[in-house]
Amino acid sequence: MSSPDGTAPPDRPADPAAAGAEPRIEDLVDETSGPTPHFDALAELRAGDERPTDSTTREQTGPKLELGPVGHLGDRLFSGLARGSGGLVVAIVAFVGIFLLALAIPALADNKANFLFSRVWEPGGSDPRFGIAGLFYTTVISSIIAMIIAVPIAIGVALFVTYYAPRRIATPVAHAVDLLAAVPSIVYGLWGLLFFAPIVLPVINGLSSALGWIPLFEKPIGDNVGVIFTISVVLAIMILPVVTAISREIFAQTPVAHREGALALGSTKWEMIRMAVLPYGRSGVTSAAMLGLGRALGETVAVMIILTVPNGNDPWNPSIFSGGETFASKIANNAAEFDSPEKTGAFIAAGLVLFVVTFLVNSAARIIVARSAPGAKRPRRNRRATEGASV
Amino acid sequence: MTTIVENKPAYDGKALDLTGRSGSRAFKNTLATVLIVLAFVVALIPLVWILWTVVSKGYHLLLSADWWSQSQRGVTVRREGGGAYHAIMGTLIMALITAVIAVPIAIMGAVYLVEYGKGTKAARAVSFMVDILTGVPSIVAALFIYAVWITVFGFNRVGFAVSLSLVLLMLPVVLRSTEEMLKLVPDELREASYALGVPKWKTILKVVVPTAFGGIITGVMLGLARVMGETAPLLILVGYSKNINTNPFNGFMGALPTMINQDRTELALQPAADRVWAAALTLILLVLVLNLLARLVARFSTIKSK
Repeated sequence: MSSPDGTAPPDRPADPAAAGAEPRIEDLVDETSGPTPHFDALAELRAGDERPTDSTTREQTGPKLELGPVGHLGDRLFSGLARGSGGLVVAIVAFVGIFLLALAIPALADNKANFLFSRVWEPGGSDPRFGIAGLFYTTVISSIIAMIIAVPIAIGVALFVTYYAPRRIATPVAHAVDLLAAVPSIVYGLWGLLFFAPIVLPVINGLSSALGWIPLFEKPIGDNVGVIFTISVVLAIMILPVVTAISREIFAQTPVAHREGALALGSTKWEMIRMAVLPYGRSGVTSAAMLGLGRALGETVAVMIILTVPNGNDPWNPSIFSGGETFASKIANNAAEFDSPEKTGAFIAAGLVLFVVTFLVNSAARIIVARSAPGAKRPRRNRRATEGASV
Repeated sequence: MTTIVENKPAYDGKALDLTGRSGSRAFKNTLATVLIVLAFVVALIPLVWILWTVVSKGYHLLLSADWWSQSQRGVTVRREGGGAYHAIMGTLIMALITAVIAVPIAIMGAVYLVEYGKGTKAARAVSFMVDILTGVPSIVAALFIYAVWITVFGFNRVGFAVSLSLVLLMLPVVLRSTEEMLKLVPDELREASYALGVPKWKTILKVVVPTAFGGIITGVMLGLARVMGETAPLLILVGYSKNINTNPFNGFMGALPTMINQDRTELALQPAADRVWAAALTLILLVLVLNLLARLVARFSTIKSK
């Protein structure tokens, strides 16, 4: 099978990746002053290699890879570096929690108010009082509304890109929606406050006159544009690209057999999507929504710019048509006040709660993915697995 | 065929459509199509609107050479003039330092996940933590670095501290995309290298990583694009300076997001408003160019898995 001139056999050119790497192997062999390059051997090895390269076989050969020489100094160094980097990632996350906790504890010990259930925020001084109830409420309600708005639209866009748009349009559309992620959040903030909020105002007025009897939709007097509802819509736009991108990948992986089966039974396109595509992608879309929620919870600058900070003496208003502060916007708004350790500690305590909340939300997203093996994350492995199943 | 036709009294002479759907099913199908197309249109509105706003309000300052070569030194809100050189430099310097720290850790972390730790409990823990790190809000990363850099070590607010907090945000992006690329490298390449007696570390360094190089570059650019637009760490960890400062270890530093933030309360004044939108456009352009480059690199360097 091997050609006499020592190059790869000409009848096997259809492997660009391997071809691209061959010179590198040559370099290596020279450097290690091993045997002269035996491309015949290499080619023979590959030519005689009749194994199909689908996922199952490849995974079975996995353990054999460990046959590479061990005990080499370079090997030990390199694997040490790799393990160290992996460990560093774990350490960073642990340190974030530990450091924030360590600096929050003294402030929490001095706190005269109930940290979890109080709404006052007067850190510093001899009698610090601060609690996160108000921040927590605003953060969670604005992010949940953002998710409620963004997820259906994201599913629609993802379905449009994967199953409705002609391929020539689908790719540019997908890229265009991704572009939304390239807009910095401070630009969203400016645009949201100056151009978008005035447009939302009539919607707010309409909603509050129809549903105003529910405290959640009760509108305070005056035309305030910097309200929770406005920021929710802006947050929805900001998380749209993330949710769309993940949903798109999942929908595209729906096994062809499922889709064609549905169509063969006489389904309309929508019935095919409802019965084959959506159930397959449910866990993926759920985790995408959770990731979007995580993003919305931690968004800082856009919230800081748009949301009106209520006057300290005003009674608390649960309405989504009133102003407020989220964890992130509270911290960013008061960055200039980090002068004494007690004050800083209060904000760090708020940051710690935000960290814990996003940690829980992201873990939940991850667990949802792990629980439902097919149609979950890890797109590539899945694609192979599903192809294997449908063949 | 004829019997069927005769059973239908209202037959209008056209061929019988046996594949026809009942009215409600056809209606639902049409409704779904309309809603899905509508969702797409709704998603595009803010994109076009934002880009149009920023471009139309910001482009004219970008056309002047001063914008790219001068700082805002001595320029007050009410006065025109000056440029964004200080802010562009600041943004680029901080992003560069971030990349220099984050990229090696990210690549080695991905190497660990794919080449060394595959399937082990430790690797699953690392992978989980990468997901968590992806979700850490930028303000939390900034607070963490504030706690370490300023509260514990007592250093000043400088550009380097911002870079450190941005590392936390860039690391998971680069690590994930590198991991995905390394997974795509065919095992045949590794086996061929081992068969020639090449040690594992050299195989990784000279065969696996170079094969996945394009994808790694894509990840680096997407990571850079993510951190360049971040504002929260800048607000907390470094002051805004109108002067050119290229030393990340000393003094305040300008950056495009904080340049926008600086003048955003003075938008009623035309010169300030012009600068805000021009800085926003400059920032979007920077991020956009990185995104497009990333896509371009990705297109020309996909690993073909057979």
